Amino acid sequence: MIHLTNIHKTYQGVQPLHVLKGIDLHIGRGEFVAIMGASGSGKSTLLNILGILDDYDEGEYRLDGTLIRNLSETRAADYRNRMIGFIFQSFNLISFKDAMENVALPLFYQGVGRRKRNQLAMEYLEKVGLKEWAHHLPNELSGGQKQRVAIARALITQPRIILADEPTGALDSKTSLEVMQLLKKLHEQGLTIIVVTHESGVAYQAEKIVHIMDGQIENIEVNDGSAHTPFGVDGVMK
Amino acid sequence: MKLFDADLWEEIFDSLRKNRTRTFLTAFGIFWGVFMLILLMGGGRGLETMLGENFAGAASNSGFMIANTTSEPYKGFRSGRAWHLELEDVERIRNTVPEISIVTPTIRRWGARALANDKSCGISLLGQYADYSLVDNPKIKFGRALTDADGLQHRKVCVIGSRVAQELFPDTENPCGQFLQIDSINYCVIGVSGKASGGINIGGNPQTTVYLPYETMRQMYNRGNEVDILALVAKDQYPMSEVQYRVEALLKRVHMIHPDDTQALIKVNTEAIFSMIDNLFAGVSILVWMIGLGTLLAGAIGVSNIMVVTVKERTTEIGIRRAIGATPKDILTMVMSESIVLTLIAGMSGISLAVAILQVLENATHAEYPSALFQISFGVAVGASLLLAVLGIIAGLAPALRAMNIKPVDAMREE
Repeated sequence: MIHLTNIHKTYQGVQPLHVLKGIDLHIGRGEFVAIMGASGSGKSTLLNILGILDDYDEGEYRLDGTLIRNLSETRAADYRNRMIGFIFQSFNLISFKDAMENVALPLFYQGVGRRKRNQLAMEYLEKVGLKEWAHHLPNELSGGQKQRVAIARALITQPRIILADEPTGALDSKTSLEVMQLLKKLHEQGLTIIVVTHESGVAYQAEKIVHIMDGQIENIEVNDGSAHTPFGVDGVMK
Repeated sequence: MKLFDADLWEEIFDSLRKNRTRTFLTAFGIFWGVFMLILLMGGGRGLETMLGENFAGAASNSGFMIANTTSEPYKGFRSGRAWHLELEDVERIRNTVPEISIVTPTIRRWGARALANDKSCGISLLGQYADYSLVDNPKIKFGRALTDADGLQHRKVCVIGSRVAQELFPDTENPCGQFLQIDSINYCVIGVSGKASGGINIGGNPQTTVYLPYETMRQMYNRGNEVDILALVAKDQYPMSEVQYRVEALLKRVHMIHPDDTQALIKVNTEAIFSMIDNLFAGVSILVWMIGLGTLLAGAIGVSNIMVVTVKERTTEIGIRRAIGATPKDILTMVMSESIVLTLIAGMSGISLAVAILQVLENATHAEYPSALFQISFGVAVGASLLLAVLGIIAGLAPALRAMNIKPVDAMREE
C-alpha cells in the first residue's frame, strides 16, 4: 500500500536542516502501524510526506501504486481528498459548522450534492455513535466527541489510508481509550491505519511500531499482543 | 461549472451568516459609499432640474440692451447725456448684424395699478411684439398670447401674470374676457401667463406684470419711437457674449456715444449667466463624483482590509479545507465569492435606500417643480451595480491570493 524508498527531506533556511535521512518503509494493505519517536525526530515530517501535505527531496513514495512526486497543488488536493483520511491532535473541525456539516465537507470538494452528502455524513456519525449530536457545533462537544467527528470526517471519502497525528494528544485517558478502540475497530474492518505518537501506550495498540530517531528508522518492532505492553491495563496509560 | 453550484452559494452564505459582526462591519463601508454616491448624484441632478425649471422658456442665447446716461463726452456731446434706444435700431441691427436671429423692442412702465371691480393690484406694464415669446416664453395658462394683429389694430387687450389674475379676479380661475383698468384705460384680458417668479426676469416679476401689444402701449403712453429694452437672440452657433459687442458698437456709433463708454449701454447676457450656472453644476457634479467615488473606494479598501484580516484569522480553517481536499482554486473561489457577494448585497441595499430617499424628495417637490428630477435613471443604477461588482473583485483579489498561498502544513503549524 505504502512504499517509501530512500526518502530524504531537508528544510532550507539559514541553517539547512536535514530532517529525514533515507527512510525505507513498506506498509501493506490493512496494517495498523504506529510511528514513534521523540520530538524533533522527524516523525511529523514523515507524516506530512505520507499525507501529501509536504514534498520530499530525494527518493520515491508510492501510494497504492501511484507515484507521489512533485504534484501540482490541485492534484495533491485531489489525492488527499480521495486517498487519505486525516485525524489531527487538535481535531481541526471548522468552528462555525455543525458536526454533520464538518463530516460532509470532504464530499463538498468532490462535488457530491448536498442531500447525498448530508445523508452519508449522518451514516458515518451513526457509526461513531454521535447521531444525536449531528447538529451541535464543535464547541458544544467534548474532546472525545470532537475526535470522533473528525474520524467520521476522515472516513467519509472511503480513503485507502487513515493518517492520525497524535490522535489522543489532547484527550484524557478514558476518551483516549475510546478513540483507540474505534481505530482498532476500523482496522478490523480492513482499513490501513498509521498513527504517529510519542505515547507508547497508544503505540502498542498497533501491530507494528516504527521507531524513528534522528531522521532514520531505528527499528521496526512487531507487536505480538498488547499483553506485552509495559504500561498499564489495556495498553493505555497516560 | 462550479460557480453555479448551489452548494457553493450555500457555503458562502453560511460563512457570511455565521460571522455576522464581521460581515456587517465589512458591508457597511460599501453600503455607505454607494448610498452617498447615489444620493449626491440624485440630489445634484434634482437641484439642477429645479433651477432649470425656473429658467425654462427663456432663450439661452439671448441678450438685453438698455440705454443709460453717458459717462464720456463725445463728438461735441457732454457726458451725462440721457439718450434712448429707438425703433429704427431694430432695423439697423437686423441689417448689419446677421448673427442675430431675433431683435424685438419692448417698452415698460413700472409702478402702475390695475383695477377690476373693487380690487386693485400693483403691476408693471410691458409692451411687446409677438416675437418676444421667442426670447422669453410667457407659458400661457389660459386664453392666448398676444399676436402682431393685436398691435396693428391697436386692440386694448392684455395678458396678465398669475398673481394679477389671483388678486383681481379671485372668484374665477380663468379671467379671460373680463376687463381691467390701468391708468383709466380699460383692457380686455385675453390670456394668463403661468410664468413663475424665479429665473431670469428683465423688467419685473412676471407674476405681477400686465403684457400689452407694443403698438397699443406705444400709442396709449405716447412713446413715439422710444424703446426701453431691446431683446436679442443670436443664432445658435454664435454665442451672445461675442455677438453683443458688434451690436454695442453699432448702437454707439449711431447714437454718438464714445466707443469706450462702459456706462451708456447696459447689457444683460443670458448666455453668460447660463454658462455660469452650467459651470457651477459641472463643478458640483465633479465634486459629487469625487466624494461619492472616494467614499466608495474607501469602502472597497475597507472590505479588502477586513478580508485580509479575515483570511489571516481563517488560516487554520483554510488549512483544514486544503488538507481534506480543497484545491487552491476552491479557496480562491471561496474568498472571491464572499467578497463579491458581500459587496453586491451591501451595495444593492445602499442603492435601494438612496433610491427610496430620492423618490421621497421628488414626490415632495413635485407640486412646486413638476419637472424636477431627483431620481437616478435605471441605467445609472445598473452602472453602479457593475461598478460594485468590479470593486468586489478588486477588493477580494489581494486576500484571495493570500488565502490561496496558505499551505495545509502552515495551518497545522499555526496551532
